[in-house]
Amino acid sequence: MSTHEITLTVNDTEEELTVESRTLLVHALRDQLGYTGPKIGCETSKCGACTVTLDGDAVKACTVLAVQTDGSEVTTVEGLADGDDLDPIQESFHEEHALQCGYCTPGMVMTTRQLLEDDPDPDAEEIRHQLKGNICRCTGYQNIVNAVESAADKTEGAAESTDDAEAESPPAKADGGEARSDDETPHAEDDGR
Amino acid sequence: MIPAECDYYRAGSVGEALDLLETHADRDPELIAGGHGLVPSMKVGEASPDVLVDIDGVEDLRAVEADDDSVTVGALARHADVAESETLRERALVLAEAAENVGDVQIRNRGTIGGNLAEADPAADLPAAVLAADATLDVQGRDGERTIEAGEFFRGDGETALAADEIVTHVRVPRSRGSETDDTAGAYVKKTHPASGYAMVGVAADVAVEDGEITEARVAANGVADRATRLTGVEDALVSRPAADEDAAESATKNASADLDSDRLRGDVYASSEFRAQLLSTYARRAVETALGRATAEGSIGGDEP
Repeated sequence: MSTHEITLTVNDTEEELTVESRTLLVHALRDQLGYTGPKIGCETSKCGACTVTLDGDAVKACTVLAVQTDGSEVTTVEGLADGDDLDPIQESFHEEHALQCGYCTPGMVMTTRQLLEDDPDPDAEEIRHQLKGNICRCTGYQNIVNAVESAADKTEGAAESTDDAEAESPPAKADGGEARSDDETPHAEDDGR
Repeated sequence: MIPAECDYYRAGSVGEALDLLETHADRDPELIAGGHGLVPSMKVGEASPDVLVDIDGVEDLRAVEADDDSVTVGALARHADVAESETLRERALVLAEAAENVGDVQIRNRGTIGGNLAEADPAADLPAAVLAADATLDVQGRDGERTIEAGEFFRGDGETALAADEIVTHVRVPRSRGSETDDTAGAYVKKTHPASGYAMVGVAADVAVEDGEITEARVAANGVADRATRLTGVEDALVSRPAADEDAAESATKNASADLDSDRLRGDVYASSEFRAQLLSTYARRAVETALGRATAEGSIGGDEP
């Protein structure tokens, strides 16, 4: 049956590939292009682990045919960090311990990205509503909501006062590695029941 | 969970799509746009079309447009576009609110109003809303265009009045602009199935209030039968009641399921037909109360209460 030559811009990189008519976007990204950030979870359009942004909109890549996305811009979670510098949303998920196994996290982060673009200062109820299509089965949602609130504060703060942000952000970034090891201790303690 | 093999053709216009449907008529062609009804079915093997005709790129079917007499929604408007449309929120809130209740953000970013209606899933959110909004559907086929009333469109679970070679192009809501519409309002409320996001029961209500009295009521439900269904008993019980009567919604919706023959009431592993009947009364009351509350909040009425 028919195959198609398509072009995708994934995380600002132009990719050319051949897909079958039936190839799902998530399979094209993972198996053909090596972007394994989007995960395959439920495969039934419910869990959101495969969420990517397609021309700026969060979509479930397991429910989109790759051939339909010819010419589109796709952003996966791999497109967020700048080297070791995490995106504010990723940083917040890390700081707030918003993940345990991490499987749902790429999808959570990608949906959060659109959420904060649409509404830079959401309350907890809005966050839960907007993340309805992303299911976590281990950490629970409280820390995820905390992380989104924290990410909103960071991005809002950055938008409000670029001068202050300049003074504040470099230490936070420079301490990234250290903060990680600091964080591990309390979390390990929390885990003991 | 990988769809069966198929061929794929992209149509740049409705005419091109109709040509493709005709060319491949003997190969079970299916239209695809947002794909959020079809792709999940293909993945579980419920649908295995030989040929897909993609109309998602027909950009002129994506707009929400309004004139003095009606609001016209392109069939390819995505649920998020319908939910966020200022025009629809102002003039057909019942439809915008139903779209807001579809699935989740990612699904609303992709699924289209025309696709959702053509799928005719009994538990989808939009069918009851187009009934309540008194909408008509413009469809185009080889023999030209025709208009189907929403009440005539849904024929059963997955069944519509649409012929195999017809395409829904627009959904038209008759809503005039101006003072006479000031006291109309709608609402959609829903008992969501926690896993699927579809409606166990969803109720769309649209009311008009004049001089403190309910002059028109259109109430329809999803999830309770094999297709979206008007609740005419509820509607009749509302008309002529004072809008501010706190008991109006409650008494009109007490036996909401009486509008459905008991053998039509859906029962399944998620909810028995008895439970659905109970949910229907509760959600019908909430929908009507919300719509009446909105209709009376901004209008010049009130003061009817003793």
